Amino acid sequence: MNQHLLSIHDVSAADITRILDVAESFREVGTRVIKKVPALRGRTIVNLFYENSTRTRISFELAAKRLSADVINFTTSGTSVAKGESLKDTALTLQAMGADAIVIRHSSSGSPLTLTRWVKGSVINAGDGTHEHPTQALLDLYTMRDRLGRLDGLRVAIVGDVLHSRVARSLSHALATMGAEATLVGPPTLIPDDVTAWGVQVSHDLESVLPKLDVCYMLRVQRERQRQQYFPSVREYARLFGLTRERVTMLPEGALVMHPGPMNRGVEIDSDVADLPRSVIEEQVTNGIAIRMSLLYLLLGGSGAEEATADV
Amino acid sequence: MSERLRFRGARVVDPASGRDEVADVVAQDGVVVPVEPGANETVLDCDGLVLAPGLVDLHTHLRQPGREDAETVETGCRAAALGGYTAVAPMANTDPVADHAAVIHEVRELGRLAGLCDVFPVGAITRGLEGETMAELGEMVEAGVRIFSDDGRCVPTARILRNALTYARTFEGVVIAEHCEDGTLAEGGQMHEGLPSTTLGLAGQPREAEEIVVARDLALARLSRGRLHLCHLSSAGSVEMVRRAKADGLLVSAEVTPHHLVFCDEDLRTYDTNRKVNPPLRSPEDRAALAAGLADGTIDVVATDHAPHAVEDKEVEFDQAPFGTIGLETALAVVMTHLVEPEVISLARAIEALSTNPARILGAAGHGGPIEPGRPANLVVFDPAAAWTPEPPFASRSRNSAFIGHPLHGRVVHTMLRGELVVADGKAQR
Repeated sequence: MNQHLLSIHDVSAADITRILDVAESFREVGTRVIKKVPALRGRTIVNLFYENSTRTRISFELAAKRLSADVINFTTSGTSVAKGESLKDTALTLQAMGADAIVIRHSSSGSPLTLTRWVKGSVINAGDGTHEHPTQALLDLYTMRDRLGRLDGLRVAIVGDVLHSRVARSLSHALATMGAEATLVGPPTLIPDDVTAWGVQVSHDLESVLPKLDVCYMLRVQRERQRQQYFPSVREYARLFGLTRERVTMLPEGALVMHPGPMNRGVEIDSDVADLPRSVIEEQVTNGIAIRMSLLYLLLGGSGAEEATADV
Repeated sequence: MSERLRFRGARVVDPASGRDEVADVVAQDGVVVPVEPGANETVLDCDGLVLAPGLVDLHTHLRQPGREDAETVETGCRAAALGGYTAVAPMANTDPVADHAAVIHEVRELGRLAGLCDVFPVGAITRGLEGETMAELGEMVEAGVRIFSDDGRCVPTARILRNALTYARTFEGVVIAEHCEDGTLAEGGQMHEGLPSTTLGLAGQPREAEEIVVARDLALARLSRGRLHLCHLSSAGSVEMVRRAKADGLLVSAEVTPHHLVFCDEDLRTYDTNRKVNPPLRSPEDRAALAAGLADGTIDVVATDHAPHAVEDKEVEFDQAPFGTIGLETALAVVMTHLVEPEVISLARAIEALSTNPARILGAAGHGGPIEPGRPANLVVFDPAAAWTPEPPFASRSRNSAFIGHPLHGRVVHTMLRGELVVADGKAQR
């Protein structure tokens, strides 16, 4: 493992498998009455969130706390950042306070990489602009492997606003790394022409793709994209690319419906569809904690990581 | 009689006279004088060095008045002199804007006081650079302006640009210089649109944002019969349009920056804000087309677009950083390393693009050669082989260089401004 997790591009297939395997052993911790192991006792982890994201922040916070780390939540409203402090000065301050790891969520692509110039500890990308969201991709792989038993050869459609999606970027690459076949689906305004270089297929016809899938992964489509004229109206978007209750029946038996959340029910996914047994959206959330425990553990645990996992 | 100074045994490269030979050049009383044995002369040994007319930068940002924390006329002129420049043309996007004679006089006077290189301010085409009403070009022409530009922005409407190009014909030798960018298409774009921007998650500006305006402006140059200069071309399509326009006899000239000749969008993978420039670094194919355009004469000028920004403005998240790199101290070495050494262009062509042509477009009669008796002694002497790697601090007040850590060949030894050595042995004398 590297010192940081900035991009899924930096993680090999072997490392992904290891992260998922360690997460497997940590998932059991979450089912105990006392959901805690002492693995990172005395280590300090800072959640540095420049964007509101309650679910991701809570997931990282729970992961760190279940490993017995000390967690500081640094959100930007009501802090020195709101008073105009730069990322650099915030980083130097956190560095001076001895943070062992900084989990950063930021609206600017590339800011986790920029942050590594100023801190000595590990930097974990919890979503940067429209660039990447590597821990989301890892928890998605975990959920697919857990439910379907494999990743190699899985046929996955990622449907929606690929252009603005950090989830799509990380997940596309992660799937390609693990030997799965990804197809990006959406209107051409939201699927950049050159994405085939990522090793994925492109389609603008959802219904032709659905019958061949193992996983249909729906992306959140922001209503703001209508104002920016990427499509004429939310209504038309839903008609062409929404996973409706009619369309979901076109999926093969056993195929999963996934979504990184938060959902826009009625836009990219019908409410009834989100609540079907084949929708594993809540499992994704649960698995996210185990994946983040695994990552924090492997990034901060050092050389003794393998032995320590034996007795969690 | 003042001191005679002899540059002995330099390779004299002077495109204006067609000279390229090893010779002595002697300066006295501010001018070049005939090479004759003279008493009491100082001799500077120039064995292995190149002597050329002082460089002329057609596209500089000196930030004064307004952002003296990023650059002043004095610090910018020192950077220029150290880079071998004897004349610079600072753009009008200062605060206040150089859209009237008072700012023009102020900037030129600050340059005169610094005494490091000649300053030829560019005037704004429209008042406040707002693209709505023409500035009083005539007043600024009387104040010595020859180039007008709203650089940093494009003149937004065809009608206003048409009128500016046509009206400018009132004055001898006046040029309208355009920053070609369709703002509605480029809006929000952080870098060139392509696979790297898609993968990095940075909003892209397609090359068509430039090409649409180049096409419009060339049509308006034809319509108006005005003189048009196109700033910092970045795309292969733009180069091809200019090539055709010149073949058709339009009065058009064009420039390219050193950074567009060296870097491309793939060089942004580390989110280095010093490589965030506008127009953006484009694809390797565009870069090759720019070099070919410079080699065949389609592109007349290499201009720096020296754009200083305070360190706290650049050391931020990529999408929050302003566009621009400094370039005065590195331009000559970049051209030597990346174009002359690999024989993309000859040394004479390099000097033509860095000195002779920009001096002609700027109407800077004392600059750009020819190096002949009686002409002002505005000269540069440089070592074409000296290896160095740019690192801050720079003479510029800012340090946002795209070339930090990038090994280069070619270093200025002496710069002479009207007979005075303002840079001697690589050190600024003022």
